[in-house]
Amino acid sequence: MNLDDWLLALHLLSAFALVGAITIFSIGFVVLRRAETPGRVLALGSALKVGQVAVTVGVVGTIVFGVWLAISLEAYQVWDLWVILALVGWAAATELGRRSGNAIGAAFGRAEQLAAEGKDGPDAELAATVRSSQAQTLHWASTAITLLVLVDMIWKPGA
Amino acid sequence: MSMLASIRPDSWNFPLLLHVLGAMVLVGAAGLGSIASLASGGAESPFLRRLAFRSFLIVALPAYIVMRVGAEWLYSKEFGEGADDPTWIGIGYITADAGALLLLITLILSGIAVRRGSTGLTRAAGVLSLVAVIAWLVSVWAMGGKP
Repeated sequence: MNLDDWLLALHLLSAFALVGAITIFSIGFVVLRRAETPGRVLALGSALKVGQVAVTVGVVGTIVFGVWLAISLEAYQVWDLWVILALVGWAAATELGRRSGNAIGAAFGRAEQLAAEGKDGPDAELAATVRSSQAQTLHWASTAITLLVLVDMIWKPGA
Repeated sequence: MSMLASIRPDSWNFPLLLHVLGAMVLVGAAGLGSIASLASGGAESPFLRRLAFRSFLIVALPAYIVMRVGAEWLYSKEFGEGADDPTWIGIGYITADAGALLLLITLILSGIAVRRGSTGLTRAAGVLSLVAVIAWLVSVWAMGGKP
């Protein structure tokens, strides 16, 4: 394996970390809508922590190894249409995902507060926060854009 | 090999998308199922057991099927019958077949664990699915680097 092969392998592994994390968050968002007690929200939060690590690895790895690969390979240039589309999509998906994480983070904060107060029953404010349509919308928009980036990476329009 | 990717026929793109997207969702769902299984044992064990089982059954299993259908479709286009398989294809088949067996055993253990409320079976399912996820990530490395 030469350097370019390693870069492609690491770029692909990073993409798996990113989309794997998005899958974890997507399942988490669906489950979270029905989780009304602080205990369940916190249990889900602990399971989702691996997604937080994976999304960081994925976001950084895809851009670093992807741009490095585009510079290294003679067949492609960073200013190729499909590369620019991927960079714009990556930036948009990352920002929407970050905002979604911030919005849903309030639910975990509220669950921690209730747990610290020894309350483990259903809570109206917690229920409203976990069903936040803003967080859901941002997450699914980020997911859709990531899917489009994957399509762009495979079809490579303009290449 | 990267040059080859740049001149890949357009007819390979859709099966490649199915294969890659299915594999990505499979890794994520099996990873979540594994973590939820291994994290069970506290007050929210029944909730985590159900989360793990549903992740395996409703997301990971269909994703595996999509990944495998995409792989076979792509293989028939790229290699056809009688061609010698490169090493990375061999790694892909071994991890896909072994992973299918592990996923099946994980599903059975996880399903029984939900019915019986067994933490031991849940954790066994978590370990097996974690082994499968690691094997699939080795396969991703092989598909990308093509050693």
